[in-house]
This record gives sequence, structure tokens and C-alpha cells, in this order.
Amino acid sequence: MAEKIRVLVGKPGLDGHDRGAKVVARALRDGGMEVIYTGLHQTPEMIVEAALQEDVDVVALSILSGAHMTMFSRVLELLKENGADHILVTGGGIIPEEDIKALGEMGVGRLFGPGTPTDEIVEYIRGAVEEARAK
Amino acid sequence: MAKKTASQSDQEAFQEKVKTCKFRDVLYETISGDEVKVLYTPEDLEDFDYQRDLGYPGEFPYTRGVHTDMYRGRLWTMRQFSGFGTPEDTNKRYKFLLEQGQTGLSVAFDMATIMGYDSDHPRARGEVGRCGVAVSSLADMETIFDGIPLDKISTSMTINAPAAMLLCFYIAVGEKQGVDSKLLTGTIQNDILKEYIAQKSWIFPPEPSMRIITDIMAFAAEEVPRWNTISISGYHIREAGSTAAQELAFTLADGFAYVEAGIAAGLDVDTFAPRLSHFFNAHLDFFEEIAKYRAARRIWARHMREKYKAKNPRSWLMRFHTQTAGCSLTSQQPENNIIRTAYEALSAVLGGTQSLHTNSMDETLALPTEKAVLIALRTQQIIASESGVANTIDPLAGSYYVESFTNRLEEQAEEYFQKIEDLGGVIKAIEVGFFQKEIADAAYRYQKEIEEKRRIIVGLNDFVLPDEKVEIDVLRISPQVEKRQIEKLAKLRAERDNGEVERTLKELRKSANEGSNLLPRILVCTRCYATLGEIIQVLREEFGEYKDPAYF
Repeated sequence: MAEKIRVLVGKPGLDGHDRGAKVVARALRDGGMEVIYTGLHQTPEMIVEAALQEDVDVVALSILSGAHMTMFSRVLELLKENGADHILVTGGGIIPEEDIKALGEMGVGRLFGPGTPTDEIVEYIRGAVEEARAK
Repeated sequence: MAKKTASQSDQEAFQEKVKTCKFRDVLYETISGDEVKVLYTPEDLEDFDYQRDLGYPGEFPYTRGVHTDMYRGRLWTMRQFSGFGTPEDTNKRYKFLLEQGQTGLSVAFDMATIMGYDSDHPRARGEVGRCGVAVSSLADMETIFDGIPLDKISTSMTINAPAAMLLCFYIAVGEKQGVDSKLLTGTIQNDILKEYIAQKSWIFPPEPSMRIITDIMAFAAEEVPRWNTISISGYHIREAGSTAAQELAFTLADGFAYVEAGIAAGLDVDTFAPRLSHFFNAHLDFFEEIAKYRAARRIWARHMREKYKAKNPRSWLMRFHTQTAGCSLTSQQPENNIIRTAYEALSAVLGGTQSLHTNSMDETLALPTEKAVLIALRTQQIIASESGVANTIDPLAGSYYVESFTNRLEEQAEEYFQKIEDLGGVIKAIEVGFFQKEIADAAYRYQKEIEEKRRIIVGLNDFVLPDEKVEIDVLRISPQVEKRQIEKLAKLRAERDNGEVERTLKELRKSANEGSNLLPRILVCTRCYATLGEIIQVLREEFGEYKDPAYF
């Protein structure tokens, strides 16, 4: 049997809106994944350290405060510095279309907005990790 | 056996007949998951007592409203929550809103300010001016209210952990304008309990946080007597995913906890209770929401009079602000949000709100544009001027459905109060994650219902536009905002009297340790342009920081 997919669900920055992060964390767990939730008010450094320590396949970040450009790019940068850019960085929140595009070009995976069915997120993560593992 | 009345027989006949009908196959529940019957009749209000349960507007138990004249005397305050970018940007938006007929201001701060960090702190990186305006010192507040006379306008500030500091900033702006603090009107949210429960913007642990709050209550009673010192908030509890009953119960439980803290601090309940206000969510389920507001007033009045022995009727009456539910909006077909918001706003007005914020259609995408805000404000003006609903007070009183639902919500709230008491009170219940778990469970259940299409959200899981391209302007915050704020702060730190700043901060530290009221000390720090971050840092060092049990 394939190893369980390990996902770090993170809340970077100062934003406290954790409804989405918690709902997605539960859905991923119900979808058979190992989920580690960082809790609130994490710096990109704290998130990357946890991701390395927990040896995760995926870092999923939730940001609703508008700080997404800063937070996502810093997490990508730190993962790269630590030789861990194989980890998929994905996430969601209140993120305008234009920014989603820019973040995609930087190397961030899919970003999900309000109203996304959780199944879609579970399937995306499962697909992406399986594909990466098959390589 | 007692003989059946004619109405009971008719009722039974109806129930038999209706059983043979074929209903549409949808969920007959409120949005909170409470069963809704096909029909409500006098049987649902068997021991209804008009005088006991409703009374007259402006009279105990205030079910029908807190004023004798309600909207005939004065309409609700149309108060759009707003703030973004630099203090200059926000000042401009406020002047626009006031010119358009808005009647009160409501300040949204950015996350750095909310968490007590100055714009130049490393933790503020990427957050400055994003979801609200950046305020690091009195200088920023002076800019926000430039040209806005504080004796003519009331201002609500959505600020919690640093509420004492922002209130002092506001008082100091008033001083500069020559306005006596005794004339200032407005509200600080200052509801730290719901931060631990739902909104999660805390700084200090519960105990020192409650001390700051009782310090504010004591200080304001003397110095800012027209100020609402706490806006006890259910809004964020609901946004985090709670049901209506949970919003009602947890909010009131928090309110009672503040009352108990004030009494424990040696204050007479009637000196501070009249300045407590409330803040509720207006979600989609129209009648459930109206029942919620009515139940809230009645519960508050009963507890304040019977349990806390308040003698001043102003301590019994619950005044509240309402905001339409941000979490009910969809990013799909965003124009539909105008309609959702209008119904939600209508429920708040029919529920007797004192002030109202209507969300803009584009808020699931970004902060609202000027055009979107204007439509949201016009929505309220249409309700007020065109719909006719403000002509008579509490028009839904006596509705079998609304009255029985009001009763049911009161019962559900009382059950929660008992559970919270069994856990040892609100703070103990927070520490064991009781509220957090209840809310997370409700949020997950709601999400599942939508995904399984048992609950229909138009444009989201039904009536979907295939290949929808959302074409709507969004407000962009320039990265220049952060840069400009940092530059301004550097200049401020270089030009102010730093000796005076140090001296006043030292006095504040002393007060924190001695247990004397913090507010006069904070005000003195404020006047010499000590920054928010510097003031908070002193208290962080003395009081420590709160850590949340990361439960999901």
C-alpha cells in the first residue's frame, strides 16, 4: 500500500480567520491523508521548519488578510534554500485572479477560492502527489 | 381528558391532510439545522403572555425594541466598515462615504495593527494596509480623521487586544481638535473573549486581557461616558461557522462574563453596563435571524435584571450593531451578493438593529471598490426610504412562527449557558476548546451539506454558469503603502521627544505591575507619539502572550 500523503496545513502571517483551514484540514484527513495543522500566526520560517521536520509532501497555506504575495513567495524561497522544493505549495483564501496567476508563475500550485468543494482540493492534492511520486 | 377546542380539532385535521401532500424533496431546516414545521399556529404559543414575553418597545424585556419610537425617532445608523491602505487613503474614503449620506464611521485596521505590531515590524511584512488601514501612532489617527469633526460623528473601531491604545489615540485626536473626551461617541470592539473563541486575534492571555477591559470600563465611565466600551460580538463567531443558537448563546455568555468581571473588579454594575453594546451577524435564514435578535434582547434584559441585579433600565436594554454575513457571499456570480445582502439587511432592520453594515458584492475577492460600497449603502437607504418597513415597530411580533422561534432560541441559549457553567465558565470553556470545537463541527457540517447539495447556494452548487469568468474590478493595495508607512515611522521616531517616550513607557510598565488603571498611563504615552507597537511591547513583556490549542 502506498504511503499516506502528508500535508502541512498552515496559517502564515497575522490573519486569524481559520474556518477554511480547519474545514480543509478535516476534509484532507477524511480523505485518508496525514494532516498536521500549524495553528495560527506562523511565520514562513516556522512553517518551513515544520514542513521539513514533518517530512510532508504538501504545504497548504490559507491566507485571507491580503498578505499572500509576501507569504507564498517567502515559503517557496525558504523551501528552495533548504533543498526541499519538491514539496508542493498550494493553498487558498481571498486571492485575486491576477495574483493567482503571478504566484503560479513563481511555482505555487493551484490556489482555491471561497466556495471550492473540498473534494476538489483532496483530489488535486492526491493527483499531484501521486504524479510526483511516480517520477 | 379535557375537551378539544375547535382550533385543536382543525389543527389535527390539517395535520392529517397535509400528510397526504407530496412535498418538494429539499431540506426543511433553518440554515442552522433546526427543523421547520410546515405551519405554525396558536398551538405553538400555548403559554404565550404578551406582557411577560414581549411588552412594549422601550420597556422590559425589550423584545420589541429598545426605544419607544424606534425608527420613527431615528433610523438605524448606516455604518459601513471601511479602511485600507494608508491613513490618507482611508481619510479620503471616509469623506466620500459621509458625502454619500453615511451617518457613522467604522474603522477597519490592518492585521499588523490588530495584532499590535507597528508597520515597520518584521511580522508586519506583507500585511501593511492590506485588510484595513495601518495605524502605528497618534500621527496616523490624526490623518485618518483630518477634517472630520469628532464631536459631530460617531466612530466604531474594530479593535480588540489593542483597544485601550486605539481609544487613547482617538481621545488624543479629539484633544487636538478641541473636543472634550466627554463628548466623544463611538465604540471600541474590545471583545477579547470572542477572539479566543472565533476571530483569533489575541495578544495577551485571558487574565491580563480581562484586567485591561475592566480598566477601560472604569476609565471610560469617568472620562468618555458616551463611549461604548465593549461591542460584545457574535459576528465573528457566526462567520467562523457557528449556528444561530451558538452565535446567540456564546455572545451573551461572553457578555455576562464581562459583567461578572466588572462586578468582581469592584464596579457597580449600573456604572458600566449601560455602555456595553452588542454586534450580531445577519445571515441568510430570514426568520431565524429576526427571532435571534428578539431573543437576544429578552435574554439580556432578564439576566441583567434578575441575575446581576442591575437597577438602571439602561443596563437591561441591549443595543446592537449588525453586519450582513460575509460568509454567505459567493465569489461565483458576485452580483448575486447584492441580493443576499439586501435580504440579510432587511432581517436586521425587522429585528430592530441600532446600526448596520451591508457588505459589498466583491468582498469574497478583495476589499470593496467605491462603486460596490455605494451599492451596499444604497441598499440600506432603499430599505429605509422605500420599503416601508421602518414605519411601524417590530412588525413581525405575534407571528406564530417568529414568536415560537424566538422562544426556541432563548431555550437553546439557556441550555448552552448551563453547559458553559458546568465547564467552569467562559474562560475555562475556552481553555478546553469547547467553543472552538462546537463551531468547527457546525462549520464542517454546513460545508458537507453544500457539497452534498442538500443545501443549495445559487451560483455555487446550482444554477451555475458554466465557464463563468468573473469580470469585476477589485481594489488593489499597492506595495508602496508598506514602504510609505515605514518611511513615515522612521521620521516620527527621529523627530519626537524620545526621552519623553521612554519616561512614559516606564510609567506604563510600573502601572502594569502595580495593578493601577492602565488607561491614564497609555493616554500619556499616546500624546508624546509612543507607537502602538512600543506600548504593546511593554505589556507583552509584563503580561506574556497567549497560545491557542491548534484544534481542527
